[in-house]
Amino acid sequence: MTINWLDFTPGPALLGGMILGLTAALYVNLHGRILGISGIVSGLLRREQGDQLWRLALVCGLMTAPFWASILFGITPLQIIDANWLSVICAGLMVGFGATYGSGCTSGHGICGLSRLSPRSLVATGAFMLSGFITVFVIRHVLGGAQ
Amino acid sequence: MKKHFNLVSQYLIGVFFGMGLIISGMTNPQKILNFLDITGNWDPSLIFVMGGAVAVGLAGFYLLTKRSEAFFGGALHVPKRRDITKPLVIGSFLFGIGWGVAGFCPGPAIVSVGLGQPKALVFVLAMLIGMVICNRFFTAHKN
Repeated sequence: MTINWLDFTPGPALLGGMILGLTAALYVNLHGRILGISGIVSGLLRREQGDQLWRLALVCGLMTAPFWASILFGITPLQIIDANWLSVICAGLMVGFGATYGSGCTSGHGICGLSRLSPRSLVATGAFMLSGFITVFVIRHVLGGAQ
Repeated sequence: MKKHFNLVSQYLIGVFFGMGLIISGMTNPQKILNFLDITGNWDPSLIFVMGGAVAVGLAGFYLLTKRSEAFFGGALHVPKRRDITKPLVIGSFLFGIGWGVAGFCPGPAIVSVGLGQPKALVFVLAMLIGMVICNRFFTAHKN
């Protein structure tokens, strides 16, 4: 292992992370819910719950965040996507299924779960970090390079 | 009236969270993959994102223990389960594989749709299908 000093951005990472933690903390105190994006989105798909409106409002907020970041701070995020279309579809299916089956994703288990010292979230975060490490190892170092 | 404030607050939470993801660099799939590439040329930035988030989050969730209901009213919907189940582990493991393949997780993917990123749109549509499949055919996660 070597450290990628060129791409390492501890300052923005820490600042952005603190914003994420602050937002998650505000959310649970204001709305009484865990700010887990997969859970909020999957609830949109369960019509019998009848609570689509607030879920939609939050998703609209996420989708318009780039607009506000650009208008207020002049930030246009860099995006490089190595995965091809087929990989993107398979990844989306696995992320959607896995997050719902495992009751959470990087926000619900990773940020909120660890913040409230939930043993389930600690196990979940360990599991998806581990499989993420293995997956990238296989793609980049066993299969070699971009898919 | 309170209902409208509730919705505006939901929207703003989405905006702030999305901005946090953008500022931290987590909306760039390559940055995620460079973090997950722990045996290669490793970018540890995501550790700082998680560290910053959890440091602030710990204080916020501690404050919650002093509340009996949400600010906007209604009960607290905070999970109380502590049991480690197979769906939890298997689901999270599958999630990590998908995360490692594309470098997208749900939050950043949805933000990236707003950036006009076609692959993010396709990812989110596939993600929704994955959620429907789970909700429809696997009820284990509700137990």
